Amino acid sequence: MAQMTMIQAITDALRVELKNNEDVLVFGEDVGQNGGVFRATEGLQKEFGEERVFDTPLAESGIGGLAVGLGVTGFRPVMEIQFFGFVFEVFDAIAAQMARMRYRSGGVYSSPVTIRSPFGGGVKTPELHADSLEGLMAQTPGVKVVIPSTPYDAKGLLISAIRDNDPVVYLEHMKLYRSFRGEVPEGEYTIPLGKADIKREGKDISIITYGAMVHSSLKAAEELAKEGIEAEVIDLMTISPLDMETIIASVEKTNRAIVVQEAQKQAGIAANVVAEINDRAILSLEAPVLRVTSPDTVYPFASAEDVWLPSYKDIVEKAKQVIEF
Amino acid sequence: MEKTKELQKIESQFETFQILNEDGEVVNKKAMPKLSDEQLKELMKRMVYTRIWDQRAISLNRQGRLGFYAPVAGQEASMIGTQFALEKQDWILPGYRDIPQIVFHGVPLEQAFLWSRGHLAGGQMPEGVNVMMPQIIIGAQITQTAGVAMGLKRKNKDAVAITYTGDGGASQGDFYEGMNFAGAYNVPAIFVVQNNRFAISVPVEKQSAAKTIAQKAVAAGIHGVQVDGMDILAVLAMTEEARKRALEGNGPTLIETLTYRYGPHTMAGDDPTRYRTSDLDDEWEKKDPLVRFRKFLEGKNLWSEEEENEVVEQAKEDIKEAIKKADAAPKQKVTDLIDLMFEDQPHNLVEQMEDYKAKESK
Repeated sequence: MAQMTMIQAITDALRVELKNNEDVLVFGEDVGQNGGVFRATEGLQKEFGEERVFDTPLAESGIGGLAVGLGVTGFRPVMEIQFFGFVFEVFDAIAAQMARMRYRSGGVYSSPVTIRSPFGGGVKTPELHADSLEGLMAQTPGVKVVIPSTPYDAKGLLISAIRDNDPVVYLEHMKLYRSFRGEVPEGEYTIPLGKADIKREGKDISIITYGAMVHSSLKAAEELAKEGIEAEVIDLMTISPLDMETIIASVEKTNRAIVVQEAQKQAGIAANVVAEINDRAILSLEAPVLRVTSPDTVYPFASAEDVWLPSYKDIVEKAKQVIEF
Repeated sequence: MEKTKELQKIESQFETFQILNEDGEVVNKKAMPKLSDEQLKELMKRMVYTRIWDQRAISLNRQGRLGFYAPVAGQEASMIGTQFALEKQDWILPGYRDIPQIVFHGVPLEQAFLWSRGHLAGGQMPEGVNVMMPQIIIGAQITQTAGVAMGLKRKNKDAVAITYTGDGGASQGDFYEGMNFAGAYNVPAIFVVQNNRFAISVPVEKQSAAKTIAQKAVAAGIHGVQVDGMDILAVLAMTEEARKRALEGNGPTLIETLTYRYGPHTMAGDDPTRYRTSDLDDEWEKKDPLVRFRKFLEGKNLWSEEEENEVVEQAKEDIKEAIKKADAAPKQKVTDLIDLMFEDQPHNLVEQMEDYKAKESK
């Protein structure tokens, strides 16, 4: 098996699907000759031609509209938003158009669109390039939201997203692009959307998280283990819809949980997970489910990122609070 | 604002294209579209039909029997003329006022009424009818048109995508983005702006410093033309030309039709007397597309009062039938909505489906 970075796994997934289905089209700003600003589409235009992998004019709303139109005429668009901080420019196309296509047409049309975009913080971008806006998408009925945390997951989830007949927002944490390598099988394999993955088993507390925070949570779990606390780390992988089955099974086993997200606290994914646990498993809980998040401010400029983002130490501290409740 | 000579020179090139003047006389014989007598009569029939339909729709709306309705009287030539130039395989991406075009493209009248009522069957386009649901977000259809046109070109469909917006829609960023994408990819698209002079209440003079909307095509590098939108022959001729240009690979076209809506913006409480004078109404009614074309046909002995009455009666009959059919449509259920969110329901909707099934069976 090949060792790949997450960005290589993403390129590999795109290659597999471009080969697999001639209706798959990959487009966005700089994705052609340049291979994308992060090189996610490196070499794909050369391999599949300008008809299949192409640059767009610099206009996110136009890219979204193009994807909607291609979707209803029989194509499977994989569009890139260069940075997810630019999603506001294309929000109508995603939330009002793609997400409602099936309903508005009474099931006649659909939007089998994959919206790929780098997101998240910690890599010292210019302002408005880093953010955790996944909550906006998760609150949009009609789209699925997928966030991988490893190269293996990234490839299998992206292939599933492209094959899905409804719009899928697929967010790639910039910090994870090249931070480590992992084993990635060659050829095609899929990981089902809407399923979480237990990244570390444990019996004392469930740490429910996604994206880059999976790695901070794993590090926190190691620290906790030194003190005899065995934490279970659940990687949601899909944040909409949530895999409640896996979450509840874990909470019923550990009786304690914290939810960790890089995004701001209010109205976020973590709040939703807490509410779902309360709905379904409150009698299994020995302590309140607490959250580790960033504060309810706008995303900071680069030099304040490190102090703003949640760290593994915050996770350790919050886990202990719940254990000692 | 005193415009530079250079700018004045550019703007003055966008003259209004006309074939029939207000008296129904042909003023541009060589531009006449090649139409049989039957086709000429069909154009008139459709305009009369649409005028009667509009009157009935307004009345049904006032009785609380129609739902959302955006009146079309005054714009018949712009609507019918552009659609008449299309072939069945062409795609229409309408705005919410563009219901006549989609009905003449194959959407059943009762379905249009169901759309007005906010029933999901309103958006269920029949097989082979290449029409998108009327767009509510001003401009969203314009970027989508670039995508549909690209799709048609890639699938070698020998078809164009045509979209409609108004003078207000031409101020949206999506208007430029859609035209610019279509031009950059050279895809078979036609962008129609029915400039009816008011975006709800805001006059076109306040929308832009541009003298014409047609000239906005230049910025996208595509062909632009301004047409007398009360002259169905001019509208038809320019749309035919645009379609041919697009299919020959010579790029998209922006068509601005100068027209006027006699009625309110929609039937949801708009009062045009707040922003328009009756003098302006009178001025535009003198240009009426039906009056003008009737004169032209009468001059050729192609139209009579009897024929007109026949169309009026037919329209009334069809509308009665269509309303009856629309009334028989099944009541809307939350479970129908849940069912249409995704191809495969995620667990949260599966759970909510169960809740609503129980509720609905009570």
